[in-house]
Amino acid sequence: MTQPVIQALGENALILNTGASATLECQQRLWAIAAKAAHWPHVRDVVPGMNNLTILFDPLASDGLQLAEKLQVAWDSDSISQKTGRKVDIPVVYGGDSGPDLEEVARHTGLSPAEIVKRHTAAEYIVYFIGFQPGFPYLGGLDPKLATPRRSEPRLLVPAGSVGIGGSQTGIYPAASPGGWQLIGRSELQLFDPDASPPTLLQPGDRVRFVASEVIA
Amino acid sequence: MIKIIRAGRINSVQDMGRNGFRHLGICQSGALDRTALAIANLLVGNPRDGAAIEFTLGPCELTFTVDSRIALGGADFGATLDGQPLLPWWSVRVRAGQTLKLNAARHGMRTYLAVAGGINSAAQLGSRSTDLQAAFGGHGGRALTEGDGLSAGALDNPAAPVHHAAAFGVRAPSWYDADDTETLAIRVIPGPEYDLFSAATQKTFWNSSWTLTPQSNRMGFRLSGPELKIKKSGDLLSHGVLPGVIQVPPAGQPIVLMADAQTTGGYPKIGVVIGADLARLSQLRFNRTLQFVEADADAARAALRDEALYLQQIETAMHWLRPAK
Repeated sequence: MTQPVIQALGENALILNTGASATLECQQRLWAIAAKAAHWPHVRDVVPGMNNLTILFDPLASDGLQLAEKLQVAWDSDSISQKTGRKVDIPVVYGGDSGPDLEEVARHTGLSPAEIVKRHTAAEYIVYFIGFQPGFPYLGGLDPKLATPRRSEPRLLVPAGSVGIGGSQTGIYPAASPGGWQLIGRSELQLFDPDASPPTLLQPGDRVRFVASEVIA
Repeated sequence: MIKIIRAGRINSVQDMGRNGFRHLGICQSGALDRTALAIANLLVGNPRDGAAIEFTLGPCELTFTVDSRIALGGADFGATLDGQPLLPWWSVRVRAGQTLKLNAARHGMRTYLAVAGGINSAAQLGSRSTDLQAAFGGHGGRALTEGDGLSAGALDNPAAPVHHAAAFGVRAPSWYDADDTETLAIRVIPGPEYDLFSAATQKTFWNSSWTLTPQSNRMGFRLSGPELKIKKSGDLLSHGVLPGVIQVPPAGQPIVLMADAQTTGGYPKIGVVIGADLARLSQLRFNRTLQFVEADADAARAALRDEALYLQQIETAMHWLRPAK
């Protein structure tokens, strides 16, 4: 694996950039570093991104140099997160009002709605990282045949729980928000609860399966 | 209890924000002007990170149903307490039934009302800050509206000498009184993708006057000015971002991420506003201009240390307040 680049992001953050294209092995190494770095002195937050990692620290307690060194050492230690993550099943109602773009995805992919649901529920997805909204997972593992470009006009309001496809990605919107993904279904599961511990259903490293509780086509 | 009679624009409960949950997509939130929040808190005997009300523009009106001590920190909103002028950076006692009015901001954008004991809504994920997007924290996860009642903590802590004093104030950092029609200088450390911009574009970034557009909010300040074109386009992989990061989307108009910024982003980061200048930036009014001035991490830390020292002086002074004889 190539050597990562560690860059400063202002006076209070560092980014470890692997430069690699997204791979699971690289991501597993980053999860292992993230778990360690969260306990280092002066570190305020550790954010895995897509094949990169950002750490925030107290700039009056550290100039970041020592932390950069520790990041490098952690990377070189070659440990891969053994954590396999939890398995989380997400029940989804596909099509109908819950998935208004299922037809559009069918048109684009040339697959029947039933085949789309079959392929979407067949895969085991991995939560690479969480961003955009509390609990919003960036998932790896979408069947390439299901890739469909984003809508030309983003919706002003995507309902909470919506399951969508955006390009070669798939994911779930934990909260209502504007969004441009093709919506193929919706889940009733609550993905974010600020009073729960942990507050989000999904965490980096978790393995997700979508389960069709109903298909309206 | 504080009762909101007239809510004004986006007013919300904020403290210094939440850390430790970004890996779950949970943003920092918290006061945009942390200096003003800290000073207002110190003036009523609170720790600097106590929860207060952040007011944006005006006008607003509220009453107190109990006796307490309050202070305003930030922009001058021409505030009055029962008709008597109340200057920012001034700590006074209030009695039950008194009415605080905030008029239109004379300069600046935001002011903070600190109350002895702090706004004591339940902390969620380590903070009382309102996350307006995710709709939690603060007062029901939303902006304040007419009729809301906010409770404050122990209002009269006899141990705090500050409560024996009558009215008193501090001199705020001079930039709060600066002429805000002039171009504001904001110090910036070049970002990780600085070199994706040509030398000419980098020059344009530093030498131009940028206008703050009214499309700005607590998530991000959108600027307008000359177009900043990246040398070659290509998608960056999403990575962590934080308040102060200046992103350049394909349209070439920079966005400075602020307290409610999302946790990850994928646009090139041309620079990062130094922590000590974020408060200053947060008081810039719409359609006013700023210029970026190149700085480094040493300068950023020096500025933070200066501010910490200044706050420490106020904190120390509060301990020496004695009952008026």
